[in-house]
This record gives sequence, C-alpha cells and structure tokens, in this order.
Amino acid sequence: MQMQNKNEKKQMSIISGSAGRSAGETAAQIIFTICGVLAIVAVAIITIYMIINGTPALAKVGIVKILFETTWAPTADAPSYGILYIILTSIIGTALAVLIGVPIGVLTAVFLAETAPKKLAGIVRPAVELLAGIPSVIYGLIGLMILNPIMYKLEKIIFAGSSTHQYTGGSNLISAVLVLALMILPTVINISESALRALDPKLKFASLALGASHEQTIFKVLLPAAKSGIATAIVLGVGRAIGEAMAITLVSGSSVNLPLPFNSVKFLTTAIVSEMGYASGTHRQVLFTIGLVLFLFIMIVNGVLSAFLKKGAKENEA
Amino acid sequence: MRRKSDMIVRGIINLCALISVLILVGILGYVFVRGIRTVTPSFLLNETSVLNGTTGIAGNILNTLFVIVITLLFAAPIGIGSAIYLNEYAKPGKLVRMIEFTTETLSGIPSIIFGLFGFIFFGSVLKLGYSILTGSLTMTLMVLPLITRNTQEALKTVPDSYRTGALGMGAEKWYMIRTILLPAAMPGIITGIILAIGRIVGESAALLFTAGSGYALPKTAGAFFDKIFQSGGTMTIQMYLSMQNGEYEIAFGIAVVLLILVLLINFLTHYLSSKFDVSKKK
Repeated sequence: MQMQNKNEKKQMSIISGSAGRSAGETAAQIIFTICGVLAIVAVAIITIYMIINGTPALAKVGIVKILFETTWAPTADAPSYGILYIILTSIIGTALAVLIGVPIGVLTAVFLAETAPKKLAGIVRPAVELLAGIPSVIYGLIGLMILNPIMYKLEKIIFAGSSTHQYTGGSNLISAVLVLALMILPTVINISESALRALDPKLKFASLALGASHEQTIFKVLLPAAKSGIATAIVLGVGRAIGEAMAITLVSGSSVNLPLPFNSVKFLTTAIVSEMGYASGTHRQVLFTIGLVLFLFIMIVNGVLSAFLKKGAKENEA
Repeated sequence: MRRKSDMIVRGIINLCALISVLILVGILGYVFVRGIRTVTPSFLLNETSVLNGTTGIAGNILNTLFVIVITLLFAAPIGIGSAIYLNEYAKPGKLVRMIEFTTETLSGIPSIIFGLFGFIFFGSVLKLGYSILTGSLTMTLMVLPLITRNTQEALKTVPDSYRTGALGMGAEKWYMIRTILLPAAMPGIITGIILAIGRIVGESAALLFTAGSGYALPKTAGAFFDKIFQSGGTMTIQMYLSMQNGEYEIAFGIAVVLLILVLLINFLTHYLSSKFDVSKKK
C-alpha cells in the first residue's frame, strides 16, 4: 500500500491534470473501503472455520454423546468425549467470578466517581489501569504460587476425614474463580465508573436536597439510574471471564470433574489449551467442538451486549 | 451527625477500592522480589542452551520483537485505512454499521478462539505451519479493532474547519487526509499502536498454537529473516512453558521483564494522551 501511495504522489506532481487526480482519489477511496470491509471478511471467515472444524466431531461421535455426557476420557482405549462437565465448569466458574468481581468492581467505581478525595482517586485509578494491562500468564503465575498453596492447606483441613475426596494440591475451581474475579475487576470498574459519571448531576443534587445522605443517594438514586451501564459492565465481565484461558489453565487443575469448589476442573478454554498440543484424530476434532461451543457463548454475550448498548443509547436520547 | 449505616457503607466502599490497590502492589512486589535476581544481563542476552550451560530469553525477546513488527506492518495500515474509510469516506448506512459491528465483534472474541482459528486457517489451510508469520497474522486480527477505534476517535477530534478549510482551498480529499488530518490525529494513532504493542507483548493463548515455542537465536544473517517462517515463542509463551515445567525461577524472571514493559507502555500512553489533550485545548 505504501508503494501505491508514493506512486500517487508522483502522479500528482507530474501530471497535475484532473484525470490523474481523480484516478488517485478513486484508488485511495477503494483501498480504504477494502480496509474497512476486511473486518467483515475476518469475522465471516472466523465464523465459517469455527463451524467447519467444530461440527465433524458432532456428526462422528453424536451430538448427545458429546454435549450431554459427563465422562471425558479422550485417550482411553474406549474413548468417551462427554463435555457436559466442561461446559458446566465454564458457566458456573464465570457466574461465581462475576458474583465476586462485580460487587467489588461497582463499589470501587462508586469510590472513584463519588466518594474519593481527588488525591486518592489519583492513586486508585492508575492502579486499576495497570491491573488491566498485566498479562494473563502473570495472573496464572500468581494463582499457581499463592492461591494454590492456600487452597491446598484449606483442602487438607476440610477433607481431613474424607476417604472419597481426591486431593488436588490446590488446583481447583475456587482458585480459578478468584483469578477470574480479579481479572474482570478493571473492566467492571471502568465501565461502571463512566456510567456513574454520565449521570445528570441534577439527580444527585435533588436527592441531597431532599435530605438523603450521600450514601443513600448512591444506593437509592445513582446506582439504579446507572443500571444499564452497570449491566453492560457485567456482560463485558462475563465475556472476559468465559474466554480467559492462560491465566487459569495451570490453576484450575488437570482433570475433568463436576464443578464443585474443591474439585480439579477444566474450563472450555483450559481444555483446549492443555490438550491441543498432543491431541489427534477425533480427540482434536472434539477440541474444536469445544471451541465452537465457546464461540457460541461469546456470540450470545456479544448479542446481549449490543442489545444493552442500543438500549443505553436510546435512554440517552430520551 | 452521620448515621451509623452510612459510615458502614462508606467503609465498605473504601475497602473495595483498597482491594484493587493492594492486589496490584502485592502482585508487583511479589513478582519483583521473586524474579529480580534472575534478571541478569546474561539472562537477557543468551539463549537457553544445555551445551553452553546458559539460561536466557534472548531468543524469546527477539521473537516478541518479530511478532510486534510484522503484526504492525499488517495491522497499522489496515486499521488506519479502515478508520479513514469509516470517518471520512463512508456515508452512514448498512455497510458502516456492518463494519462497526464486526470490528466490535472482533474485539470481543477471546484470544483462544483466535488461536484456534489461526492454527487452522493460517497454519494448516495456508500451510504456514507453526511460524512467527502465522502468529503475526493471527495477532493482526486481534489488534485491528484497537488501532481502528483509536484512529477513529483521533480523527473525530480533528475540527471540521480543518477539512472545509483544506477542501475549500482546492485540496483533494486524499491530499487533505494525508497532509492535514493524519498529522493532526497522530497522537491518537500512536496511542492505538502502543496499546496494540502492549496487547502483543502480553498475549499468549493466541500465539501458543500459531507462533509455536521455538527459543533459539538465529546464528547467521540469512537465518535472521528465515525466522519469520519458523516457530518462535514470545516471552509470554516461554513463561507459560516454564511454569508448566516447574522452572519457576525462569518464569518469575520473564514476569519481571513483562511487568517492566507493561509499566513502560502504561506511562507512554499516559504521556501521549496528556499531550493529546493539550493540543485539543489549543
């Protein structure tokens, strides 16, 4: 493209006729249009390839046997490819992470937008930004080195008398959930804070003038008024949590189980990361099916998100 | 004067804000304390080799640079071009809405999906295998929305009088864009590119199955450019693999390097955006 631009320049300086001009103009416009359309092409190709590669296993093994069975033994002599527990782990893990992360995130947003002295906000806000920039493998390292040993100690205390519990060394659902909750914090904080800041200040003044305290105003007036923004924050948090892979692969454990707090579990994402390297044949095809399931979840999240955004835009217009 | 319940609520709010700061300080402190001793000049300048008895990440640093440069070579022109189209050429309609929707969708797709797609499409269908090029093409799709959106925002802040003024003096549209709009929007464009670099430096899931995990340094000048078609793990990939193998010292060392880069990128974007604000005030 750079080359073409240079040619255009030459053309313009030598023949500054109107014909040469419009040719350069047209070329520029065509190139920019192509650049724009590439985003559409990319999403289309990604969708097509996810479907092409995700469906063969469904036909080969059977939809019910993959989606609704719970035994994941892809390398056994009589292999079994049930991913129900993996799907459940992703859903429950994400729900728990949101349950922990959203209240903390929203209240931090309240702190930044409403109650913080300027100086303190000047410390907290950059800290949140930095949290957002930390690579996910580092969160994984922290989870592995700090959370897992703590969980192992708890596990040893809680299951001291149990003979059925399989010890996990601390790689369990809770560890992964805590890492995910931490990772969605910056998203939730940022979106909620801008939602709070976008509110008409009259709302707050009216409430204060009626004699409500600042805290009452926050919880009875401001947060309800900002609810569509906060809903957007939650949906974005869900999207981030359900798609996170590298941070929780080593933290969540290495076998597929029912997602109970102290069980070793695999998420949709971690199953792909941990097994793609050595999988072959049907096993690999099923991993792509897992990818397709994840892709569907994300598309649903995106759909919900754009519905919320549209609703929010309408509310702003009204 | 103040009610007890209000005090409690205020306490909880402050506690939540404190949690974010404490966690950040905790992570930074912990990683630096555990990893700083590993980061020696020899760690940064050597490749890991049993033969020479060295442990280092020079190969991974080089791979990271390769991926950054090649990705930006694709993503910057396309992203900026797309933003120019959306902001300067396109008339509101179906196509614009489609482009904006798909750009939004791209930024919402998790990196592991990009990894799977890149593995199949660039790696298998286009037969590029595990290579830095495969990884870079995959990363191009990932950072495209970042560059498009930042350029678009920057173009939006250029006052319309610049456009009408230039066009009124007889400048052609592309000439006007090139000489007036792009320079005026440059801080925003650069911010987008730096954010893209940050994304590439921190990315792992999309690169594991596309760029692979090679860590050797090229031995000759010719081999230097051949690297593009060979497997090359970035620093994050090496860190993940080290964690998997229980080589925690190396993992913490790389983590320190990554955190320093993240801090740098953060300061740079802050510096640029503050500069951007000043030029807006004028």
